[in-house]
This record gives sequence, C-alpha cells and structure tokens, in this order.
Amino acid sequence: MAITITIPTALRQYAGNNATVALEADTVGALLHGLIEQYPTLGKHIFDSGKLRSFVNVYVGDEDIRYLQGEATPLKDGETVSIIPAIAGGR
Amino acid sequence: MRTTPLDLIGNTPLLRLTRLTTGLAPGVEVYGKAEWYNLGGSVKDRPALWMVRDGERRGALRPGMRIADATSGNTGIAYATLGAALGYGVTLALPANASPERIRTLRALGAELILTDASEGMDLAITTIRELVAGQPERFFYPDQYSNPANPQAHYETTAPEIWAQTDGRITHFVAALGTSGTFMGSSRRLRELNPQIQALAVQPDSPYHALEGVKHMASTRLVPDIYNPAAPDAVIEVRSEEAFAMARRLARREGLLVGISAAANVAAALRVARELEHGVVVTILCDSANRYLSERFWEDSDLIEGAGI
Repeated sequence: MAITITIPTALRQYAGNNATVALEADTVGALLHGLIEQYPTLGKHIFDSGKLRSFVNVYVGDEDIRYLQGEATPLKDGETVSIIPAIAGGR
Repeated sequence: MRTTPLDLIGNTPLLRLTRLTTGLAPGVEVYGKAEWYNLGGSVKDRPALWMVRDGERRGALRPGMRIADATSGNTGIAYATLGAALGYGVTLALPANASPERIRTLRALGAELILTDASEGMDLAITTIRELVAGQPERFFYPDQYSNPANPQAHYETTAPEIWAQTDGRITHFVAALGTSGTFMGSSRRLRELNPQIQALAVQPDSPYHALEGVKHMASTRLVPDIYNPAAPDAVIEVRSEEAFAMARRLARREGLLVGISAAANVAAALRVARELEHGVVVTILCDSANRYLSERFWEDSDLIEGAGI
C-alpha cells in the first residue's frame, strides 16, 4: 500500500531534500522504519534506542498518533502521514 | 520612590543553584539570571524595549503607529506588553498551531493577531507580516529582531553589566542558547570587554528537529540572523531536547525553579561546563518561566523520584 509521508523542513536535508516520500507500509511504525532504512542519517533525529523520540509529532491525516495507536496505528492505502515540527510557532 | 511598569524590565535577580551543584568542585559556583522577573515574563522584554526605543529615536516609530512582527513566542508577548504600556497598537502574525496559552496571552494584552496556515510554519507568518508592512509603511513599525542591532545592544547595556555587578566581576564562563543570538552576542561582547579571559559558550540543539522553543539550529538554518557572528562563541555546547526536558523537571523538583525549556537547556549546558572546572563562576540565562509550557507532555514523566527526600 502506498503511503505518502511529509517531511518537515528541518529534516529534509537528511531525506534527500524531499518534502514528501512515498513508501509501502501497513502501520505508522513500519512506515517510519522504512523511511530511515531508505535514509539512515535521518534515524537519530526521530528515533532513540529504537523508540520514537518523545517530542516527535507524527500525524495520520489530522490525527496525532499519540491519540491513535502510536506506532501500531494501521494505515490505509493513499493515506498521508506527516512529521510536523516539534515546536508550534516558536520564537 | 515611584515605579512604572517599564521599570520592571531588567535588573533581574541572579540565582545561585545550590542543589543541582552538589557534585561540583568546591571552588565552582553556578548562577542563573531569573529573566521571568521582567514585566512581560521573559528575557525578550530587554531587546523589545531597546528596539522600540531605538525606533522612536530614529523616527521609525511615531505616535499612532502599530508595532508589527511575526512571532508567537516571548518576543510577541514582549511587544504586546510594551505596546500596551506605551500606547502603541501591536499586530502579530503567527502560525495557527501556536499554543492556546500564547494566543490567549497575546489577545489578553490587546494584540491584533493574524493566524497563518500551520503547515507553512513561521516562514508564512514572516512573509505575511512583511507584505502587510510593505503595503502600509506609514502605519507599521517592523522591529525585525533578527537583523536589528538594538537587540544585542540591549544585552550589551543591561544583561552583561548586571551579571558583572552581581558576581562582583568574578564571572569566568557565560553560557547562553542562540535564538536570534541577541542575548549571546550582546552579553559576550560586553563581558569580554570587562574581562577578556571570560569564556562565552553558545548552546545549540543536537538536531535541526528539536523541542527547544526559541532556540535556532544555526548550522542548518537558511535564515541565519544578520546579528550573529559564528566566530563569536569560544565553543558550542549541544543539548538534546530530552536532556532539557529532564533538566526542567530536576530544576522544578530539586531547586523549586519552574523554568522553560530553553532555560533548562542553558542550565544543562552550564552544569556540563561546571563539572570540568576546579574553580569558576558559571552564569547562564533562565529565559522564562515554565508557566508558558505547562501543557507540554514532558512534565508528566517521573524520572526523578530519586532524591525527592520522601
């Protein structure tokens, strides 16, 4: 199943300067692991000892995965997953 | 003695950390400048006041004009506070996902807010305000804290001399995070004039994707502030967001200091510096209080039952 994942500006330099990447995955966890398999230098920015870093915000559509099933959240074909900036607005 | 609200900007207390410093060499002292004592509750009152006063002196800000900028953070609250105190309207552009506390604080102070599409981040807020100001230059004063020399000048004239006096000239290390870089650039310039031996150390997030609100990852940003000189820091200290979260909890639970995330990052870096010393007076900036971040999830972690004294 093809899922589109959007990459925030801060992380694009580790993802081949792509704003979006399309991958096959059936859960959010599988998608993110697939992403860092493709772009290994991205790994340490979003994962720590195999777990998603606590401040990394991942959304499926408009829903924060923290309020879904976290990394186990199932994905349907054509859904969009977004990594969004850790700071809302800021400065 | 008569005190006006604006007199509450600057002259903040310098607090000695006494409980988190127990493992240090006896000749080492660590201090934090309690910037939430400022009128608007953060270190940003200093540059905001200097930029507004400088605008008035240059004639760029005149009665009846509005202060306009793109900021959802402490600088916005500082403008809104000063605008109210000095009789200027304030218009701010900010991403719609700015925290509800921020939006309510700004509205409570009477600021006019332009909420921009969250997914476009600060960049859209900045272009929105620039277009607004460009269309009506007679109506708006745009301080532009990233390029305005009055920003570091505020720290050159207030923060640094205060630290010098409060440590009786004994400061050996100054540690501060880089956002606009105003605090670091202005303070370090003055402190080195007073004593060229002082080490000025800059705090940076470990990654461009981080949770240190108000801190900028200079190595990766496309918008390096004009006021920043990369040769200025004697060294750069990287702090992980998780380390800042843990330090914020420790400061709250072991020092009784509820400070914000960038302040906690500064303390984490200052303690790392202090651990390497036999003698020294390490000073850092406690940029704001935790009450602007209490809805953050990291407070719920309880990694610090240790030493709770129960």
